[in-house]
Amino acid sequence: MSNFKEETKILSSDGLRRVIERLTHQVLEKNSAPGGVVLIGIQTRGVYLAKRIQKIIKEIEAIEVPLGILDITFYRDDLTTIGPKPVVKETQIEFDLNGKTVVLVDDVLFTGRTIRAALDEIMDFGRPKKVELLVLVDRGHRELPIRADFVGKNIPTSCRELIEVKLEEVDGRDEVMIVEK
Amino acid sequence: MIWRKKDLLGLEELSKEELELILTTAASFKEVSAREIKKVPALRGKTVVNLFYEPSTRTRVSFEVAAKRLSADVINIATETSSVKKGETLIDTGRNIQALKADIIVVRHGSSGAAAMLARHLSISVINAGDGWHEHPTQGLLDIFTLKEKLGKIEGAMVSVVGDIAHSRIARSNIWGLTKLGAKVTVCAPAVLIPPAIEQMGVRITYDIDEALANADAINVLRMQFERDEKAVFPEQLEYFKKFGVTKDRLKKAKKNIIVMHPGPINRGIEISNEVADGANSVILEQVTNGIAVRMAVLFLVSQVQDKRDEVIN
Repeated sequence: MSNFKEETKILSSDGLRRVIERLTHQVLEKNSAPGGVVLIGIQTRGVYLAKRIQKIIKEIEAIEVPLGILDITFYRDDLTTIGPKPVVKETQIEFDLNGKTVVLVDDVLFTGRTIRAALDEIMDFGRPKKVELLVLVDRGHRELPIRADFVGKNIPTSCRELIEVKLEEVDGRDEVMIVEK
Repeated sequence: MIWRKKDLLGLEELSKEELELILTTAASFKEVSAREIKKVPALRGKTVVNLFYEPSTRTRVSFEVAAKRLSADVINIATETSSVKKGETLIDTGRNIQALKADIIVVRHGSSGAAAMLARHLSISVINAGDGWHEHPTQGLLDIFTLKEKLGKIEGAMVSVVGDIAHSRIARSNIWGLTKLGAKVTVCAPAVLIPPAIEQMGVRITYDIDEALANADAINVLRMQFERDEKAVFPEQLEYFKKFGVTKDRLKKAKKNIIVMHPGPINRGIEISNEVADGANSVILEQVTNGIAVRMAVLFLVSQVQDKRDEVIN
């Protein structure tokens, strides 16, 4: 069976919820004044993760931290080397970034190139006091000197494996899988 | 849906999905112009050449702004001060631009089919910025983008195009694009300015401006080009205004929130009155803003197409 795909579940729906709650607590612990924190989610699943974190912060601290959306397509470094891209999604940052602590949210940290592009794009919007990176899964294989400040789960992977993050809002269910290509 | 065309020559050859992809991409690019730093690096290191054989300010400037907001380098060639005056052919000019390692040529030419001919002879991308009476695809796209933004969707929209349909590439691009996306298009003009067999493009014809306005969700008022051909067929500007000019009184009988569009430059008091051009229903300046987003999208999409060497005539 040549197209057989081996799948292993890393996080169930409950596990995912606990990880996101812990990550939110870690963000609040590190930033004692959450009034200066803004969340920016990277399209697509980073946005939904950021929305969940925003909701949990509201429950704990009773404040709504601003949430921005970033599509990094225009800042990619492989625009000229890999063929045509699928549809470009929206970027929406409707607040001032200057002097703020940006918590950049993505689902999987892999080569680090998406984060490099996101950092460049953020700098075009203003000069944040600092940028912290939050990822649900760090799967290794970095190609740039980038590291995350908050990691949900470290999952060492081989290059033949993929991490699939499924979120209720886009995929209809919550789980994280490791899939053999 | 993935964009695979190296050129944008007209809306006639685009599928509904390709049109929708351009419109969605343009919506993403619109946000860039609202930023404090109105620039993204998507076309960094690419060269865009504006090659204009006909006078143009807004289209050329719009393409230039769009390319610069994508970080491309832009070169403008006005043919009056170029070697075209020494008799160089369009294809030779194009080949020279290609030899300079430019990536995209934006061409406007007085002859229908000029952009398509250039595209066949070059391996780099060609974008049609207006060819004769044939098409002006980015204008058609920006009109449709503006309509979609205002109406929410194009499917089922009633759109009237008023003015010199016979000699208007803008009319043709609008008709192709709008009908593909499911709008119902009516054209309105004096009989001499309606081309034969236009109904085969799937449009309704009327010679009465009030009928064109009745039930329309939007009206696209074309520029009367008295400096070109219209003098011969319609000698009196004032007579045109009386019979076809879009005025406040005529608009009173239309839908209250009818959208009034005009590609510019406006002939005030000929095809449209001052009150309408500057009135609450007018989206004329929004069209200009949207033109940048649409042209950014087109430049971006064609620049992504690799393997441009196919089917080039040498």
